[in-house]
Amino acid sequence: MTEQIDKALAREYEAGFVSDIESETFEPGLNENIIQRISAMKGEPEWMLEWRLSAFREWLAMEEPEWALVDYAKIDFQSISYYSAPKSMKDKPKSLDEVDPELLRTYEKLGIPLIEQQMLAGIAVDAVFDSVSVVTTFREKLEEAGVIFCPISEAVHKYPDLVKKYIGSVVPKKDNYYAALNCAVFTDGSFVYIPKGTRCPMELSTYFRINEQNTGQFERTLIIADEGSHVSYLEGCTAPQRDENQLHAAVVELVALDNAEIKYSTVQNWYPGDENGKGGIYNFVTKRGICHTNAKISWTQVETGSSVTWKYPSCILKGDNSVGEFYSVALTRGRQQADTGTKMIHIGKNTKSTIISKGISAGRSNNSYRGLVRMNPGAEGARNFTQCDSLLIGDQCGAHTFPYVESRNPSAIIEHEATTSKVSDEQMFLCRQRGLDPEKAVSMIVNGFCKEVFKELPMEFAVEAGKLLEISLEGSVG
Amino acid sequence: MSNTKSLLTIKDLYASVEEKQIIKGLDLDIKPGEVHAIMGPNGAGKSTLGYVLSGRDGYSVDSGSVTLDGEDLLEMETEDRARAGLFLAFQYPVEIPGVSNLEFLKASVDAQRQARGEDAITSADFLKEAKAACKQVNLPVAFLKRGVNEGFSGGEKKRNELMQMLLLKPKLCILDETDSGLDIDALQIVAEGVNSQRSADRSFIVVTHYQRLLDYIKPDFVHVLSDGKIVKSGDASLALELEAQGYAWLQKEPVEDELEG
Repeated sequence: MTEQIDKALAREYEAGFVSDIESETFEPGLNENIIQRISAMKGEPEWMLEWRLSAFREWLAMEEPEWALVDYAKIDFQSISYYSAPKSMKDKPKSLDEVDPELLRTYEKLGIPLIEQQMLAGIAVDAVFDSVSVVTTFREKLEEAGVIFCPISEAVHKYPDLVKKYIGSVVPKKDNYYAALNCAVFTDGSFVYIPKGTRCPMELSTYFRINEQNTGQFERTLIIADEGSHVSYLEGCTAPQRDENQLHAAVVELVALDNAEIKYSTVQNWYPGDENGKGGIYNFVTKRGICHTNAKISWTQVETGSSVTWKYPSCILKGDNSVGEFYSVALTRGRQQADTGTKMIHIGKNTKSTIISKGISAGRSNNSYRGLVRMNPGAEGARNFTQCDSLLIGDQCGAHTFPYVESRNPSAIIEHEATTSKVSDEQMFLCRQRGLDPEKAVSMIVNGFCKEVFKELPMEFAVEAGKLLEISLEGSVG
Repeated sequence: MSNTKSLLTIKDLYASVEEKQIIKGLDLDIKPGEVHAIMGPNGAGKSTLGYVLSGRDGYSVDSGSVTLDGEDLLEMETEDRARAGLFLAFQYPVEIPGVSNLEFLKASVDAQRQARGEDAITSADFLKEAKAACKQVNLPVAFLKRGVNEGFSGGEKKRNELMQMLLLKPKLCILDETDSGLDIDALQIVAEGVNSQRSADRSFIVVTHYQRLLDYIKPDFVHVLSDGKIVKSGDASLALELEAQGYAWLQKEPVEDELEG
């Protein structure tokens, strides 16, 4: 088994290549002048610049968090460049025909041809290449429905009232170290607004890709679902191979107003580093949503990439009868480290939350679930169900579970189930005795383990997620 | 019969588990269509033989040879042995949560077809076959959708093994104490299933501790395994003799009462 796992470590990252696109990139460094230049590049209004600067000042006084079960070299924030944009962006493409062909080829290598996606899946794709949104499609169809789906840099100009009202309303500027940094230097991301009573006519999707060396990427996403509306959003990510660790500190804020529903799905496949853990993405993300009365937010994530992950998509269940869900598959191999989970904060009456977490560890990786369930005094009749399962492949990896439960309301009900299991020799033997090769056997066993989460993904992405796991496990047994 | 080519030939086989030698000079020759029962006391090496033949990790061959259809079985990977037509019905079938029986079985059948250069079976055709197999082993069709052995009773697991055998159509079936933990009704169902599969081009090794199973599956030969080798061979009447007299009369030394691997 160990030998089989060693082979997995040797597998090269399939999305590892660097596209040759000329970029406009700031020199490394972080100070107020850099922030002013970012803001100026985007032609931002004064209030936005002020917001950035105040966040930066907060950040300077903050300490880098060290409580997560991850180990990595200290980041030198002055050695990072905080702005990078493909040059061809100077003249924004009006259609795909005008998009830099090198860029399109890059996506094709990743198996996400935009044209095909639009035609086959009917998905509006807002592709973020490094820091700038390159192409936004299907916007017209969305506009018909009154849905706004655009780069957040554009929303700052076009919909300043909405941005001003909601940005930082779910994740405050000084919420945590990386969120504060993001507020100061974010370059782009997606903005979504679904009007009252509207069901978004299609899945919204964004592909992020980090391309420029030494460029930290700080996306900022804001999704507002107005009363009684419904939206499903998918975020997928991959990045090319490089030697130096890259910092990725995104902030995602979801606002589900009364009776609204937001489904946010993530497939994350960033470069995990080489077999010694060198290179790879540092993924320090703050994702949080707030649910008003009868609203529902559902996070589904399939995480297979990054060298270090620090991520806790959370729900603040403020309104009565609101519902929060978290479905997660986190796969680590090689030297990957993941500390991920969720927070469910029950404030309103009869609020309900469900947490299903599936952690898979292979190689010499470490995979931790860290979750908080808090029942506030007013959370009369609130309920939580948590199920946390870990699967170990081989005997050199680690799985850890850190559940935090705080209940200040005696009527609240909290259930927690946890299991740890191994892909056992008996299971492998059964599969092979029936004629399956070891790779197919492992991928089948792991997919079975993840079934509860995959069924929460939009159909076409469930298939992709299964495929991604299979690719990620390729060679993990020989 | 004596001129027929052998399906399985084991010559002077020595094999170990965790450096402990369990099989010590075993010879066995099986021709197509024959049913051989292997009986013996606990610790004789009965289950070990099945694992060694099917190539389970941790079971190593020290010396000797085994051929299946003239091919060197010991050179093959576990899955290649299965694809060559060797099937092991487990004594304790393991669960694979979340993987449906149907998905598992189709993947197995397809892997074996692919090895033979055939196309994958269509889902519709496979479902038809799988439903028929369910019926034959008296399992509700709903079991196809349940996780492999997940929450199955002991008897259901054994019948599930049998169903896999029906679908995979192996040349050599090794039934590893398939009777253990079965009540008489379940035993009959399993035995009938096995009997229905007896044919001129399919052979069986029926490993069992008790004669009971052999009331239903009539063996052509009975071998007594003791301390890693066959100490006595005979026809079906040998099983009855063993039932009456126990194993002690065949053993020069007392056998350690230990669990088999």
